[in-house]
Amino acid sequence: MDAASLALTFLYYGAALVLALGLALRIRRYAAVPAPLKIPTTPAPTNRTGVVLRMIRELTLFESLFKSNKWIWLFGWMFHFGLLLVLLRHLRYFTDPVWGWVAFLQPYGKYASLMMVLGLLGLWFRRVMVDRVRYISALSDHLMLALLIAIGVTGIAMSFAVGTDVVAVKAFFLGLMWFDWQPLPSDPLLYVHLVLVALLMLIFPFSKLLHAPGVFFSPTRNQADNPREHRHVSAWALKLEKGNG
Amino acid sequence: MAEQPAFDVPELKPYPVIPKLVEDAMAHSQPFVAKPNFQGPLGFPGELVDDWQDVAVKKMGELTDRYRSLQVFLDSCVKCGACTDKCHYYLGTTDPKNMPVARQDLFRKVYRRHYTFAGKYLPWLVGAEDLTEEVLDDWYKYFHQCSQCRRCSVYCPYGIDTAEISMAAREVMDSIGKGQKYCNEIIGKVHTIGNNLGLPEPALVDTLEGLAEEIEEDTGVAVQFPLDQKGADILLVTPSADFFAEPHVDGLIGYAKVLHEAGLSWTLSSHASEAANFGMFIGSYENMRKVALRIREAALDLGVKRIVFGECGHAWRVAYSFLNTLAGPFDFLDPNYPIPQHICEVTHGLIQEGKLRLDKSQNDDMVLTYHDSCNVARASRMGDVPGGQFTIPRDVIRASCNHFYDMPADTVREATYCCGGGGGLLTDDLIELRVKGALPRMEALKQVVDDHGVTHMAAICAICKSQFAKVLTYYGFQMDQIVSVHQLVSNAIILTGSEQEKEAELSEAA
Repeated sequence: MDAASLALTFLYYGAALVLALGLALRIRRYAAVPAPLKIPTTPAPTNRTGVVLRMIRELTLFESLFKSNKWIWLFGWMFHFGLLLVLLRHLRYFTDPVWGWVAFLQPYGKYASLMMVLGLLGLWFRRVMVDRVRYISALSDHLMLALLIAIGVTGIAMSFAVGTDVVAVKAFFLGLMWFDWQPLPSDPLLYVHLVLVALLMLIFPFSKLLHAPGVFFSPTRNQADNPREHRHVSAWALKLEKGNG
Repeated sequence: MAEQPAFDVPELKPYPVIPKLVEDAMAHSQPFVAKPNFQGPLGFPGELVDDWQDVAVKKMGELTDRYRSLQVFLDSCVKCGACTDKCHYYLGTTDPKNMPVARQDLFRKVYRRHYTFAGKYLPWLVGAEDLTEEVLDDWYKYFHQCSQCRRCSVYCPYGIDTAEISMAAREVMDSIGKGQKYCNEIIGKVHTIGNNLGLPEPALVDTLEGLAEEIEEDTGVAVQFPLDQKGADILLVTPSADFFAEPHVDGLIGYAKVLHEAGLSWTLSSHASEAANFGMFIGSYENMRKVALRIREAALDLGVKRIVFGECGHAWRVAYSFLNTLAGPFDFLDPNYPIPQHICEVTHGLIQEGKLRLDKSQNDDMVLTYHDSCNVARASRMGDVPGGQFTIPRDVIRASCNHFYDMPADTVREATYCCGGGGGLLTDDLIELRVKGALPRMEALKQVVDDHGVTHMAAICAICKSQFAKVLTYYGFQMDQIVSVHQLVSNAIILTGSEQEKEAELSEAA
């Protein structure tokens, strides 16, 4: 196997490990830290079913963001749902035979990449042009958008313009999964695409991308509004009560 | 206007405009620092400790271990900008550090520096910073320009609530000896005297007797204001401003008339003569719990069956959302009633049951609108269904008057604007902030004044009432244009055996 393929093989094992372990530790932390007080943003659902529905609306429709700002909502939704379709489409590189519904999504996933990049460009435009958003942006906020756009653009170039040997790419990733390592086609554009994706995986657990697991743990969204009906006390508060109550 | 302010009062625009940011526009605004004698009793160091940086950073870690909200919120913000135009203090002051995300970032950048990989090794990349003297100054200024109203949390795609960050920042500052005078002095008074205003029991007795006389003069009915009456069914806990401030006291008169007319047995408590819980403002669970326990003690001591809260916004948040947690379980109370219950729920229920006679025409000299108090709207509920906190007070108002118009939809209900004085900022050393923070509400009020001839705005929060009574004049309104919801009930209610009842019967007969 050539050096580039070997390097990418190790890079992907490393990136996958960091992503999985990093996220698992972070999620464990979010689950472990108690929420001692009932703080749902009201009006809030009064039972679990209602909370699940509220979370589903937040996750699929970005309900709160829609209330806030239609432009951020539009660009954000374009990016996230474009990304979702693109990711699902990429399952074809990890499954053999390709699942039927993945094959069905293939054309939609291809065009979703355009929607994704347009959404990202919209978000970046706002970040640069709107004085309030520019003020709150750190260098990392700009670079994150640049990274995602670069991943999208290199992917789009391979899908729509120059192409790459997708059969070999698939062999490479199946090889990673089954520890039967295969070489990658020597294609600079593909190298760039894959290195950037690995970089994104490495950054994920240490960056604001933690909003992805974070949203599930947000007490203002995931708590039911029932404090009068059910007494809610955290472990440390209970200890406090025993101590001097 | 009574006095010429030392700052420019914002102009009321015909429609809301998101202002261009002006850096450091409010960098001069900060409240008085608490003196050592106010800090000590609350368990805080008297003045800035020597190794304050280390103590503060360690405290941050303790708080992220204690509060999931804080931990998740500090990690999750993506700087999307959804909240940037949602804070009344930003809209009123144009200072970018009053944008919710920028306010959070004052805290987040220190968290990142000490508790995240990126902030430790690449601070320049992610905007992480050490806790320097300048940063602490910014904390003290701008975490006292947040009224913890939660409006930003409605619009955040992750529900990030700046109130949680403000509370944490204030708790960290208290822990290093930089507390705020207004809040900490008041919490001290609650513990030593029983209420925020430091009103001692004899003064309370006097005041209540005066109110009873006033009602008897007006109506001919002897409505009582029982204090510390053992064996009463209901303990009424109300903000101490209700005992003498205008228009609060007219609300208290309203509660008394309602409870009297419904034939309910009730009492106030001198031990818990305060509904508000400023422990929440400073983010201190321990202080909040201590303040809340007074109410439990009073309820047990008086042997009541129910607890009812008067008109008070943050108090209702602590009562509704936290009381069961902090001072429960309340298994000694009557489970057939919500524990605790809001006075609006009580009155609303009685109206539904037809137990109150209300003559709406008694309020015909007013055209009303209603200001949803932030913590009632976004941090609590009334009744059985979500949103009852919006409909129940409005139903009570509509049942008491003929003319009611809501302010624009994006300024009421869950989108309501804070009055500008909540969250421990209702102090004269922050008057410029309070006036400017009221701008969005004043613009909304102006709109219904112009469109519908609204003359008065009703509210159910002691802070809102005090704040509006003060700031309305800066915008060309009159201070008496703010009224209590139960003041309207008080005007309209026809007490059995009263002069008003006789008049009504006479006019009916004629």
